[in-house]
Amino acid sequence: MMNKVLFKKPKNELETSSRFNRKTNPAIPQELCRSCPSCKNMSFRSDLEKNYHICSKCGYHFRINARQRLNMIYDIGSFIEHNQNLTSVNRLDFPGYTEKLEQATLFSHEKEGVITGVCKISGFDVCIFVMESSFMMGSMGQVVGEKITQLFEYATKHHLPVLGFTVSGGARMQEGMLALMQMAKTSGGVKRHSDAGNLYIAVLTDPTTGGVTASFAMEADIILSEPEALIAFAGPRVIEQTLRQRLPKGFQKSEFLFEKGFIDRIVPRNLHKETLSNLLTLHLAPKGGETHGSL
Amino acid sequence: MEAYKRVALARKKTRPTGLDYIENLFTNFIELHGDRCFGDDPAMITGLGFLLDMPVTIIAQERGKNTKSRVKRNFGSSHPEGYRKALRQMKLAEKFNRPIVCIIDTSGAFCGIGAEERGQGHAIAQNLMEMMALKVPIVSIIIGEGGSGGALALGVADEVWMLENAIYSVISPEGCASILWKDSSKTKEAANCLKLTAQDLLELEVVDKIISENHRDFKLVYKELKINLYKTFKKRKVLPKEELTQLRYERFRKFGAIEEKELID
Ligand SMILES: [Zn+2]
Repeated sequence: MMNKVLFKKPKNELETSSRFNRKTNPAIPQELCRSCPSCKNMSFRSDLEKNYHICSKCGYHFRINARQRLNMIYDIGSFIEHNQNLTSVNRLDFPGYTEKLEQATLFSHEKEGVITGVCKISGFDVCIFVMESSFMMGSMGQVVGEKITQLFEYATKHHLPVLGFTVSGGARMQEGMLALMQMAKTSGGVKRHSDAGNLYIAVLTDPTTGGVTASFAMEADIILSEPEALIAFAGPRVIEQTLRQRLPKGFQKSEFLFEKGFIDRIVPRNLHKETLSNLLTLHLAPKGGETHGSL
Repeated sequence: MEAYKRVALARKKTRPTGLDYIENLFTNFIELHGDRCFGDDPAMITGLGFLLDMPVTIIAQERGKNTKSRVKRNFGSSHPEGYRKALRQMKLAEKFNRPIVCIIDTSGAFCGIGAEERGQGHAIAQNLMEMMALKVPIVSIIIGEGGSGGALALGVADEVWMLENAIYSVISPEGCASILWKDSSKTKEAANCLKLTAQDLLELEVVDKIISENHRDFKLVYKELKINLYKTFKKRKVLPKEELTQLRYERFRKFGAIEEKELID
């Protein structure tokens, strides 16, 4: 990944200038230390990286991008990306959308709001998708819907499990009803994968809301989540505006959803790979008790 | 016609509601209640009736006709138990091989503490997934407002029809204006941009048919609907189950499909 960035020729001036700006862009801090938004503890960036971007004092999970997350999960060198060049078009001529897409590409260094592909996790072949929050808040438009649906179709065809990390503001309103249709489309992909007897594990991360919560995020066989992630259909601000009242503390956090029975387990980021490996082993290892051997 | 005019028409208080459609399209209607988990949602009416001589399952969102009934119906915004009730009835429709008619009219799934606690997102997601595989014909009709996921949760159908003055949108024009432009006075502009009218959506193939309201008597609209529903179900009922669900999958699969697929095999 790093090599790619270093050696890829810039395609246009905008891209060049963005890479130059990267040093000064506050969204990608380059300083040595970062302060924890939760407990204000200062950590060295190098220490944070070693600790899965979790605050060593209070356990706060810093937001990370999709590539960082992928790197934490797959077996070294095993990831093959699918559809990496798919980009969105402004089919409805929605004002400002074309510019927003360009900005999102520059800001996130990704072409769209989800990365999909195949990889190995502890030796098991897995189809994986990871949503990217810095690309228009991981919103789902036609490309996100298409990449995820194609991944489920590929997984169904090859009898592979799907592992998905969600982070999303919901359906992308600049694509109008074509974005909403992606909820049905991805759900169809999940359903066929499921009916063919394949495993789908979702890991919900902060924040997962709207049309993604109301489709493939909540359709997994096993739903895990990071601690204290916001997981909602309607975001807290929308509810506060509708009800004109403050919401209780911890409302719509993963611990709240866990208590209500919508999440199987809350798993801190440093235990993701271990937990996923165990779940994959339990589903995919040669099944015991099926031969006539003695105990 | 300007998009926002349609929005106003779609939301007009005197516009016929789900109950009017039930009364005029079906005979022997019997309402069946409850999701068997939590409660009964009055914003979602489910039951059985005859479409001419054909027994069908009817799922209808109901926003109410006067202040009292609007409050009772929660203005047509369902809680998770509404969607779960709908799914329960749809599964029974599959068991007894009855076609399903969904009548959509909601500003959206309800946004509130109880709705979130009981898994609004989960309930909608289950409907999307299960409707995709139901082995009986489904037709969804948007009669007024089709508000985002709360409408789509009844909208995964073989055919989706829309009344001429109905709207169907990913977000309300008000919400779009305030989120994107932080300016609620831009609602009309947002309504135009969102492409939420029946005509726009027919062009985008999100809906398959527009039901004309250009009659002096709304009874003629019901009559047209009744005949169209009957013909469509008759045609689809004879399809092999696999073909029926395959066609439904493809109907939704086509949105944003990439023609030049990369070689990933
Ligand atoms: Zn901390």
